[in-house]
Amino acid sequence: MVRHQSALESSFSDAYAAANAASRWKRYLPERIIKVVLFLCAIVSIFTTIGIVSVLIFEAALFFQEVSIFEFLTSTKWTPLFASKHFGILPLLTGTLLTSIGAMFVALPLGLMSAIYLSEYAPETARQIVKPVLEILAGIPTVVYGYFALLFVTPILRAISDDISVFNGLSASIVMGIMILPMVSSLSEDAMRSVPRSLREGAYALGSTKLEVSTRVVIPAALSGIVAAFILATSRAIGETMIVTIAAGQNPNFTFNPFVPIETMTAYIVQVSLGDTPTGTLEFKTIFAVGLSLFVITLAMNLLSQFIVRRFREVYE
Amino acid sequence: MARNPSIIETKQLNVFYGTTRVISDVDMDVETHRITAIIGPSGSGKSTLLRCFNRMNDLIPSFHMTGSVLFGGQDLYDASVDPTEIRYQIGMVFQRPNPFPKSIFDNVAFGPRVNGFKGDLNGLVEDSIRRAALWDEVKDRLRESALSLSGGQQQRLCIARALAVQPQIILMDEPCSALDPISTQSIEELMRELSNEYSIVIVTHNMQQAARVSDYTAFLNPGEDKISELIEFGETRQIFTNPTDERTEAYITGRFG
Amino acid sequence: MAEIVRGQFDRQMRRRRLHGQIFHILCLVSILIGLGMLAALLINIFIDGWQRVNWSFLTSFPSRHPEGAGIKAALFGSIYVVALAGALAFSFGVAAAIYLEEYAPRNWFARIIQINIANLAGVPSIVYGILGLEIFVRFLDLGKSVLAGSFTLALLVLPIVIIAAEEAIRAVPPSIREGGFALGATRWQTIWRLVLPQAFPGILTGVILAVSRAVGETAPLIVMGALTFVPFTPDGPLSRFTVLPIQIFNWVSRPQEGFHEAAAAGIIILLVVLLSMNALAVLLRNRFQRRLEG
Repeated sequence: MVRHQSALESSFSDAYAAANAASRWKRYLPERIIKVVLFLCAIVSIFTTIGIVSVLIFEAALFFQEVSIFEFLTSTKWTPLFASKHFGILPLLTGTLLTSIGAMFVALPLGLMSAIYLSEYAPETARQIVKPVLEILAGIPTVVYGYFALLFVTPILRAISDDISVFNGLSASIVMGIMILPMVSSLSEDAMRSVPRSLREGAYALGSTKLEVSTRVVIPAALSGIVAAFILATSRAIGETMIVTIAAGQNPNFTFNPFVPIETMTAYIVQVSLGDTPTGTLEFKTIFAVGLSLFVITLAMNLLSQFIVRRFREVYE
Repeated sequence: MARNPSIIETKQLNVFYGTTRVISDVDMDVETHRITAIIGPSGSGKSTLLRCFNRMNDLIPSFHMTGSVLFGGQDLYDASVDPTEIRYQIGMVFQRPNPFPKSIFDNVAFGPRVNGFKGDLNGLVEDSIRRAALWDEVKDRLRESALSLSGGQQQRLCIARALAVQPQIILMDEPCSALDPISTQSIEELMRELSNEYSIVIVTHNMQQAARVSDYTAFLNPGEDKISELIEFGETRQIFTNPTDERTEAYITGRFG
Repeated sequence: MAEIVRGQFDRQMRRRRLHGQIFHILCLVSILIGLGMLAALLINIFIDGWQRVNWSFLTSFPSRHPEGAGIKAALFGSIYVVALAGALAFSFGVAAAIYLEEYAPRNWFARIIQINIANLAGVPSIVYGILGLEIFVRFLDLGKSVLAGSFTLALLVLPIVIIAAEEAIRAVPPSIREGGFALGATRWQTIWRLVLPQAFPGILTGVILAVSRAVGETAPLIVMGALTFVPFTPDGPLSRFTVLPIQIFNWVSRPQEGFHEAAAAGIIILLVVLLSMNALAVLLRNRFQRRLEG
């Protein structure tokens, strides 16, 4: 009996040993190959960044050989597609700023208040219904918002005031504000909910009302996260394309008047892409200069937002 | 010991979370200018009971209670009473120090500011910090973040913060459980000091602490059915030397809990 | 002292309570405005477009006459481009996430990759269009094809897939890996047979969200050079194409009301697709959470 068992054991271990010897190569070579393949997939993202930066810089450099950076940054006229050409990005920049700041005027108060409601006031059941609904709002394609801006909000605005053109910055701003509202509210709410309950209790115990607890303890404690959310949302608005293309117009006006047609940086890139401008011409290269400006602005804001979160986050035990 | 007038009285207090009863039929008196300790094994609802005294439990959606809690003769849970009004007269110190992420000064000034203090704020802040025996350690760094203080200092800051709204009574929910022995000792000395002017209720799982600092002791214990009741309530000396209930004796002599 | 100071508190409870109530109402109103706008958008589009949603709308090519215009070309274009982009983003994204979570040493290089991915997620989508135009359309000479479009969208949603897959893989408890190693499994065997099956629902949720983002993207494909008027379905990876959002954009830009109705009908189709995908993602996430808590 005892002998029998040990024989069985040794035959098992022999089988394992044989399998091991035969499969060492089979086992470990694929391991190494897999690791290399996975690594290559991981650095696709690095190459994406390198690709974006080099394409933009390379093509923009060609553009700046023909147009001075000084003119690009200071001229208040943007008419590359006209006979008399001017290459001042300021009108596109004001168009972009007008619509993004306008969007923040909508998204900031509504988003922050919604976040306070969800984090401090709403009963758990309401929260569980409202949050997914807001996520739907965030998942609607921007072309749909463009439709809504041009064909629903603009007619309402024009019914209120005759001064408003069919294409205007105001309508685009309002709808873009609604678009980024879920982002502001959900990121702010995350920041507020990470404020420990003990801080709220401490404030309640001193005789504070819910309003005072929210505005004097929770918001200050969550401020870095809230500010980061605003910056991220603004950056998103700056890079947003379809709403402004559809509803704000294609007239690079150097103005902050929200009632008249304007053009944003993104809308200009779309305008050139849809037109018949031959690639390789100076006119076409403008989109790289504009694209580079857009990339730099949004990147700076994203980095700033990350920096704020890291630098100013309060660490609770 | 001479009897002082009561500041908090509970009558037939029952506490429920949802439909589950967690505390049944508590009747107890808290006297002014005395330290009353609530002891009992963990899970016996000591903190829950304490939080009935300043309506802190209102923040928990499933909480409700029956019976009454009288504060200076007035029913805290009367429909006409705003819990915010109550909490301002009843200070609270929590299990873990919970200073706001603000400066030391702003932490203490928070309550006075919220409650519309019209007098000399600097003086009030200094006075409160002095009473909490923290002044010498922080007087040169009042503008620094409260989070830069040590755990024991933070807890004394939280006591100063509670004192700044001039409460009549201070509730302390295991105020030393997160502190080292030296900080614990300084907080205990501070409590004795404060009992000259304030009434104090302290929840503690540490029987020696209850024996050291308190004048009265209440012993809460969950029964077979997990519902806690007040087993015994009386002068600390009597409870610890000559308990009338055998469960109290068992707990104090360490036979369970 | 205490008695003297007490008189100096002017609590103004009535005023504070009033402020609190006003604030509460304002917060509630804010959230109702957001939800109301969503409702207005959905109702408005439904009213504008529901009459046009029918079989012939789905099976007709675009036309100069709004009544006869349909989304056949755009629908097929979207399916081809997004399916390919989704498959690419899924394989590369999950592979990258596995590397970053399971293999990468915790050094500066891994940190750079992480920061890079976070920043790529914030790059405006139109910039990806420029990248696609230069690299895929011109440099690799794929033309303004289905392939170039898919590559562009795949790069665009790759960060979303990577971040979601990383989270899902991270959520698998280390004890599972230790169990695998203890039995003599290699790292890859452990990942393939133990970690990935556990992480799969979470990964799938991320992929669905990424694909739903790709379905709705317009700008990068316009910049990359997708057509706006396409009377044919793509016949291969190098065929030219259009997608549903571009078709909608094209119709919105027309002045005729008939095209606006067609746009609204197209949006209804688009939203139905997106909402079902979102619902699927939520469903998967809930099941996943239950299993983890389980």
